Amino acid sequence: MTQLTMAKAINEGLRRAMTDDDRVLVMGEDIGKLGGVFRITDGLLDEFGAQRIVDTPLAEAGIMGAAVGLAFRGYRPVVEIQFDGFVYPAFDQIVCQVAKLHYRTRGNVKMPITIRIPWAGGVGAAEHHSESPEAYFVHTSGLRVVAVSNPQDAYIMLRQAIASDDPVVFFEPKRLYHSKGEVDLGADLADAAPMGLARIAREGSDVTLLTYGAQVATAMDAATAAEDEGISIEVIDLRSISPVDYRTVTASVRKTGRVVVTHEAAREAGVGAELIASVTEKCFNYLEAAPVRITGHDIPYPPAKLEKHHLPDLDRILDGVDRVLDRPNSMSGVREQ
Amino acid sequence: MHTLTPQTDLATDIDDVARLVNEDGERVADPELERWVADIDVAAVQGLYRDMTLVRRIDTEGVALQRQGQLGLWAPCQGQEGVQVGTARAFRADDFVFPSYREIGVQHVRGAKPADFVIAWRGEEHSTYNPYDINTATPQIIIGAQSLHAVGYAMGIQRDGTDQVAAAYFGDGASSQGDVNEAMIFASSFRSPVVFVCTNNQWAISEPVTVQAKFPIAGRAPGFGIPSMRIDGNDVLASLAAMRWALDHARSGKGPAFIEAVTYRMGPHTTSDDPTRYRHKEEVERWKRRDPIARIEALLRAQNAFGEDFQSDVAADADRLGAAVRAAALGAVSREPIGVFDHVYEEPHSALAEQRENFAAYLSGFATEAGTGAEAGR
Repeated sequence: MTQLTMAKAINEGLRRAMTDDDRVLVMGEDIGKLGGVFRITDGLLDEFGAQRIVDTPLAEAGIMGAAVGLAFRGYRPVVEIQFDGFVYPAFDQIVCQVAKLHYRTRGNVKMPITIRIPWAGGVGAAEHHSESPEAYFVHTSGLRVVAVSNPQDAYIMLRQAIASDDPVVFFEPKRLYHSKGEVDLGADLADAAPMGLARIAREGSDVTLLTYGAQVATAMDAATAAEDEGISIEVIDLRSISPVDYRTVTASVRKTGRVVVTHEAAREAGVGAELIASVTEKCFNYLEAAPVRITGHDIPYPPAKLEKHHLPDLDRILDGVDRVLDRPNSMSGVREQ
Repeated sequence: MHTLTPQTDLATDIDDVARLVNEDGERVADPELERWVADIDVAAVQGLYRDMTLVRRIDTEGVALQRQGQLGLWAPCQGQEGVQVGTARAFRADDFVFPSYREIGVQHVRGAKPADFVIAWRGEEHSTYNPYDINTATPQIIIGAQSLHAVGYAMGIQRDGTDQVAAAYFGDGASSQGDVNEAMIFASSFRSPVVFVCTNNQWAISEPVTVQAKFPIAGRAPGFGIPSMRIDGNDVLASLAAMRWALDHARSGKGPAFIEAVTYRMGPHTTSDDPTRYRHKEEVERWKRRDPIARIEALLRAQNAFGEDFQSDVAADADRLGAAVRAAALGAVSREPIGVFDHVYEEPHSALAEQRENFAAYLSGFATEAGTGAEAGR
């Protein structure tokens, strides 16, 4: 085991994937000499050359469309979208081509494209640099969508995403890039948990707290704080948000009877809405209280100085926990109408 | 830097093109194109005539089948057989082609089977042939998106070190899309072996080309660093010659090339369109005189190569193909309802597996009442 930052773990994941399969190449803006604006591709140009670490023109639709063509040719492109808010020009190619070509060619053409997106807020960034667009991709059939929360998962799940014959949108929480964790660089993919499995990050018995990405750390802090008040929270790191591992999720909800979902993305038609609808369908009779969403507000991402009021923090999560437990100190309960 | 001022409103000058056979079917010389067809003898011209006639028959059958309710929609290619057949005949089998939905002639030349033309328009499948069997992608519906796929494919060719070429076909409307312009930038920057064929058929549904361009579309390519040629797209020989030039350019490592083929969409955009609402009969009549098949017929007649034997042979060929296309449409069998779940993902997917299971259970609920669930679910 090695102590690595998440940024370094992703870098090592790319290196390993490129070493294992010479059809893997990485495309994006500033990923060559600069090593990417987050240095994720640091050193890879020297190691693999410009044919496999490709600095592209500044055109996201172009990058994605070219990746589709490379996939047609049998390559496994990894596309780096520089920032979450820059993915929209590529949206047409992702939704109409990347996600659908396997279906419309009846499985004859595979689209093993990995779309890496430095993602979400909490880093005091400029406008359009802190977005959580995951629901758009979750809603798109043909894509798999994962969000990592720690260096070990980042290392393994990136390799799994690249090895997958399906397209995978891979969300990397920017604010965790510099957080460290143990990584087993010798890990064999054959021994790793499948990318689609959720992980019980902390066992508990009173409330199931569902989350993914950087919000896992906040959820863990909330669980620790709740423990002081005698509340036992089970935190589930979903890892894959399309598909969701409902086997793990429903087993937990059947045990606790109470569900809180938290994510940074806006609430309306978000991942939390889908999670709660599905949990309600699957375990309605086990629920002791109406499920609660603790999410970003339904607003455009606010200015950096205000983002702390947008991002669901520990206190807002605990407030949601109070609501599902019907504790009187809840501050922000949804009034029944 | 000095100011570059284009002459505008030349986009519709249909005579400012390179050609080898004029409207009357007379062979004319073109200094650039000539050498690319030096090997084309009378038999080869007869072959091009046969191809175009077959493509027109497929198209005629397609329109008829749609009118008879056998197809949901059809996008006619009448008038564009010259550019489609001429350019497609220039490919090597191992080149890879990314056509749009109207490139019936390109698909035909690449080896598409009768069913391949009608099954998708009938709404049975999104595609039929395996793209790798005929090195031709499933025709693209999204305007211009395939131009980028061709560039990406060409980038793959470069990495594999082979001398294949990728090609993208799109229309004058697509030339306004970001994807097409980005494709030219990528192709130029990476010097990729790709050929862009812009079929300027004057109309993007109801919008005349002047909405897309105030300057010939071929004139844009040099601005991207890509050499281009503007040809008479109703001249199959010029189309063949220009495509040979473009493919040779790309194949020899010089990077992308661009062709604007000036032609005309004789029919509606699709069978759902009504062109009488937006264009004059006189314009269509003018273009009728430029018909790509009629002018090659005149050329062959002048060379005493349009005898009765040849004509009846081509007609019999066309009849056979037409009948096969018709039979493929009439004989189509719809997939089982549960088949809608096929091929969404390559690897197992828990959520979709559950939906599929639930739908199968739902369908099987009908089985006890009336026959099989599959029938009841249709």
